[in-house]
Amino acid sequence: MRPRKATIVRLVLIAAAVGSLEAACRTGLVARFTMIPPSEMVVSLFGLFRSPDVVSDIGQTLTAVGIALAAAVLIGFLIGALLYAVPRARRIADPLLATYYAVPVFVFYPLLIVFFGLNAIPKTVIGFLYAFVVMIINTLNGLDRVPSVFWKTARVHHLGRRDTVVHLILPCAGPYLFTGAKLAVMYAFIGVIGSEFILSSGGLGYRISFAYNNFQSDVMYGLILFVLMVVILVNMGLYAWERVLMERRGGR
Amino acid sequence: MNGAAARRRSSLERSAEVVALIALLLVAWQVMYHIAGKVAMTTPAETIRYTAKLLASSEFRPHVWTTGKAFITALAIALVGGSVIGMLLGFHRLAGEVAEPILVSLYSIPKVILYPIILLVFGIGMAAEVAFGTLHGIVPVMVFSMSAVRNIKPVYIKTGRVHRLSTWSLMRTVLLPAAFPEIFTGVRIGFSVTLLGTVMSEMFGSKRGLGFLLMNALGVNDVQLIMSLALLLVTFAAVANSMLMMIERRLYRQR
Repeated sequence: MRPRKATIVRLVLIAAAVGSLEAACRTGLVARFTMIPPSEMVVSLFGLFRSPDVVSDIGQTLTAVGIALAAAVLIGFLIGALLYAVPRARRIADPLLATYYAVPVFVFYPLLIVFFGLNAIPKTVIGFLYAFVVMIINTLNGLDRVPSVFWKTARVHHLGRRDTVVHLILPCAGPYLFTGAKLAVMYAFIGVIGSEFILSSGGLGYRISFAYNNFQSDVMYGLILFVLMVVILVNMGLYAWERVLMERRGGR
Repeated sequence: MNGAAARRRSSLERSAEVVALIALLLVAWQVMYHIAGKVAMTTPAETIRYTAKLLASSEFRPHVWTTGKAFITALAIALVGGSVIGMLLGFHRLAGEVAEPILVSLYSIPKVILYPIILLVFGIGMAAEVAFGTLHGIVPVMVFSMSAVRNIKPVYIKTGRVHRLSTWSLMRTVLLPAAFPEIFTGVRIGFSVTLLGTVMSEMFGSKRGLGFLLMNALGVNDVQLIMSLALLLVTFAAVANSMLMMIERRLYRQR
């Protein structure tokens, strides 16, 4: 593989941006109150892990994201398969699926707090609500792309319903289901951390808003850097994995 | 004739399906009310009645105005900035390749964690709201504009050259019409996420606007107000998105 020119330019640009930010902060062009130098953010990031509060917050956020994600992938897949099987239901649900992500789901957050109380449930529900519809959409997309010859072949070979699904349909639709799950990860993170930030009793989003309200700039920037790095690394990993899956299936 | 009749029938069917969907959602809402009870929810009928009263009241209007002003300003910046930068990135292959992964990462992060930085830079108030709305909206507009320009068939540009069009007329008569439907998709998505960004910024540390009212209602446990605001925002977002989608479908058909 030849080294990509764009990759090199991008790295140089990012390095230049971080470098000039560092310079602007050090020379006082950007006030310390507004932003601490990037190098100090990194130092603060590593210091965070010594605080038991922060470690507990990381655990809380990851637990909520994990539960929301698992529920979203499972329920989203089941609803998607159901809608695929019942075309009339699918036609009725279609406008809902198309407009779902236009609705600011966070407006339901206060309602969920009234219902469940101020604990981990409302933010997990928001994470789920954000993530499950993208799973439905991609399940439908994947099932639509299973060639009808697959179903016919299964019938010719007298495969039972279970064997058809396990040996033919799932492997064929698999990469699209993976795309759904990948986007669900992204949305679950956004839902959970967003909720924590607005109002909650724990988690990374809460810790960031707490640090902001208490003028703990170094903690705040360390945490922001941490969340950014985790989310970007997770996404890049999933993106690379998705490419491998798509290529194995024979490209898009 | 036959085609038009078929289209009319299918559009009639589609409206019937939309009506069925709305009816289903209202029934689900009513059922949920019976499960959750008075403490947590209000019925559809009550909520609609209260929303009408709210819209007529004079105390409510400044909040709508605040949110509306922030939203429209943010949307305008996101649309103009996003489409111009996106198209430029589409024309310049290397610049596009450099920018794309950065844009994708920016799209996938929970932008809310950047809000404290925006607050520190702009201070609490309208400017921060606009900046946060723009931050949400500009990325999808940029991504779609970039890919729209990249997807223009080279033969269009060659034909334009053969006809000796100037760069300006090439842009106006060939490139923009060819790229427009896809850019419009970006505009539609930008519209929704800008609304999300604006309302979310009001939900955190703001003193006016619909997002503030929402959190304030939570503080005083005013379930009726929470339900009405949610209904109002959801309806606005859904109706606007459906209308934009209708325009979008027409644009793609015309092409």
